Amino acid sequence: MTGPLPHPVLASFGGAIEFIFTPQESNVTGGNKVGGLDKVLELALTQIEVTIFALALALVVALPIGLYFGHKGTGELLAVGLGNAGRAIPELALIAFMAAAIGVGVLNLTIALAVLGVPPILTNTFVGIRQVDRATVDAARGMGMTEFEILRKVELPLAVPTIMSGVRGATVNIVATATIAPLAGVLTLGDFIINENVYGTDGVLAGAILVALLALAFEFGLAALQRRLTSKGLKLKPV
Amino acid sequence: MAPWSDLMTSPALLAAVGEVGKGFIQERSSDTLPCQADTSKLFCFDWARENIDRYGTPTLQQLELVVISVLIGFAIAFALSVFAHRHAWARPPLLAGTGILFAIPSIAFFLLLLPITGRGRETAIIALSAYTLQIIYRNVMVGLANVPDSVRDAARGMGLTDRQILWKVELPLATPEIVAGLRIATVSTVAIATLAVFAGGGGLGTQIYGGGNLSFTTSIILAGGIAIAMALLFDVVLLTIQHLITPWRRAAA
Repeated sequence: MTGPLPHPVLASFGGAIEFIFTPQESNVTGGNKVGGLDKVLELALTQIEVTIFALALALVVALPIGLYFGHKGTGELLAVGLGNAGRAIPELALIAFMAAAIGVGVLNLTIALAVLGVPPILTNTFVGIRQVDRATVDAARGMGMTEFEILRKVELPLAVPTIMSGVRGATVNIVATATIAPLAGVLTLGDFIINENVYGTDGVLAGAILVALLALAFEFGLAALQRRLTSKGLKLKPV
Repeated sequence: MAPWSDLMTSPALLAAVGEVGKGFIQERSSDTLPCQADTSKLFCFDWARENIDRYGTPTLQQLELVVISVLIGFAIAFALSVFAHRHAWARPPLLAGTGILFAIPSIAFFLLLLPITGRGRETAIIALSAYTLQIIYRNVMVGLANVPDSVRDAARGMGLTDRQILWKVELPLATPEIVAGLRIATVSTVAIATLAVFAGGGGLGTQIYGGGNLSFTTSIILAGGIAIAMALLFDVVLLTIQHLITPWRRAAA
């Protein structure tokens, strides 16, 4: 092997990739093999599920509030202040506290993850709607559109890029935090990372590779969705 | 500290109660574990007061992680933006590249680096600075793009070179966006640095995840509370710095 990487590094990554595809011996399971593609898919599916549930819950809460206050033009302190404060929540402390004080399980985990998703979506929805040129809104009103039509047909389409960037930020945080979900009793890909004594160093590295790939898949998926949702007129302008 | 908990453990009170149930009190005062094992209490003031010194080193470690990571992230992102400002072709790849580094969960990033850089602070710093790049880069670019063309033209008309325009006109005018990016990056990094415990990088995460105290809410609240306070403090400091370095905005307001 030539190249800038020393050999042990390649060996580590090789071991991790083997762990992903074929079950390996473990020190503590008494002969039962761990890892392998079936287990990987099972854990990945759980992580995808809780991420989507939490994101949906965050959207259901944050989007209507952001749209309402953005359209009315009030509540800036709430919408923007909450966004800033939300970023300060330490994910590890949130999950650990929730598990210890309220209880483990999918429902509690989903709520905790949604808590992380609400602030960026709320702030970006509010800011996105507020940024729409007031002259454009006045023109729509002059054409006889109702307030709901203005929101639905004028403000919302123009705010899509900003709203989607909030959704992407929320997703990055949710899918990352879903990695430590095993601390709250929900087995995601993070199980490979947190239970090193069961899965070994190969398992830890495999977990890291899989989590990174999953997060990137979400990011690219949402970027594609954003391109589909953005109206053609907006794409002409370089952002 | 709460006065009632001072009262509860005052020597006089202990002595008085000790007369009644000596064994019980001795067990309580010599060992703080019973409080730790009592999961019905969300926050145990007595334990917090006796053990607050445990949080000194992790707090300093966390502070170091954040300051070093954000400084490195800022230096790189700032250089990249100045480059991309002059060379438009570099913008799409830089946005995509920093976007990928931003999207990779820090906990995965830490562990992916372990075989290369080993456990420790450096590994955590590399991953955390990589995370901040996109936030800072995007805000610097937005700030520069928001400078009105008329201002640029006026500067050119006064005989300023491109370099002078960038440093004396565009960057000062972009300061609010740049500081906004720094604030977002710093506050998020404080929160995420709690996960550095997974890279052996120390920090407040050690008091949540480290010593098998994952179900001890007093320690979770203390460590989490210190992290949140640190984030808000950074936010206030950065806002103050922005206020000081942009005197013309105060004059306008």
